[in-house]
Amino acid sequence: MMLFFINVLLSLAWAAVTGSFSEINLAFGFALAMFALWLIREQVGTTGYFRRIQKVTSLALLFLYELLMSAVKVSLLVIKPRLDVKPGIFAYPLKVDRDFEITLLANLITLTPGTLSVDVSHDRRYLFVHALDCSDPESTKRDIASGFERKIMEAFR
Amino acid sequence: MTIVATFLAGILIIVGSFFALTAALGLVRLPDVYSRMHAASKAGTMGSGLMMIALALVADDLATVTRAVAGVVFFLLTAPIAAHLLAKAAYSVGYKLWEKSVLDEMSDR
Repeated sequence: MMLFFINVLLSLAWAAVTGSFSEINLAFGFALAMFALWLIREQVGTTGYFRRIQKVTSLALLFLYELLMSAVKVSLLVIKPRLDVKPGIFAYPLKVDRDFEITLLANLITLTPGTLSVDVSHDRRYLFVHALDCSDPESTKRDIASGFERKIMEAFR
Repeated sequence: MTIVATFLAGILIIVGSFFALTAALGLVRLPDVYSRMHAASKAGTMGSGLMMIALALVADDLATVTRAVAGVVFFLLTAPIAAHLLAKAAYSVGYKLWEKSVLDEMSDR
């Protein structure tokens, strides 16, 4: 987090030196600052920072892709003349335990194909998920565990 | 360059309004409040997000672009939370799942 702050400061410095605070110049400065930090990664120990950036980016990309797929899926389902849904609520056993990780996972689940998080159990061990196609909850659980939950743990642990 | 941006924005608006339409259709056609939330949260977010990106592409001044992008981000942040809270509230006041639902693991906890 500290390194991210330094990165932002450096990009602000770049904008000040070049005398233009436009978004494009700020973004370029950010990339430049990131490159500078990358050059000295061995000396100041920022290797972990870059690994984390990569993980967070891959999580964000996965999220956008899943959101697109989910919107397409729901649209197709709704347009079909015969409504083909087998809805149901299943309990998903949580591996992540910190508040913000559970929140993130719940939000990501809501935006993915056919699933919507309804509630967290009081002991915070289960997430109750409503699925439009609940005919095979085990495979849905496996998908979440190997997809989002694993990525969240990689990005924030 | 501007022509490309204009065409891209046009396509995005058409696709976005298609998603918005299916979100509305889903609200009417799906059987219970939980299933309807799927259509509202996903297709709805997608539709408005795409249309705001289209606005960002053709807007002349930077302030509009920034606000459009911020709008997309806030949509992505708030839509799932709203859907989740509505579903949770519906469940706790006792709205039943559709009678043809196949599973309810929440009832016995």
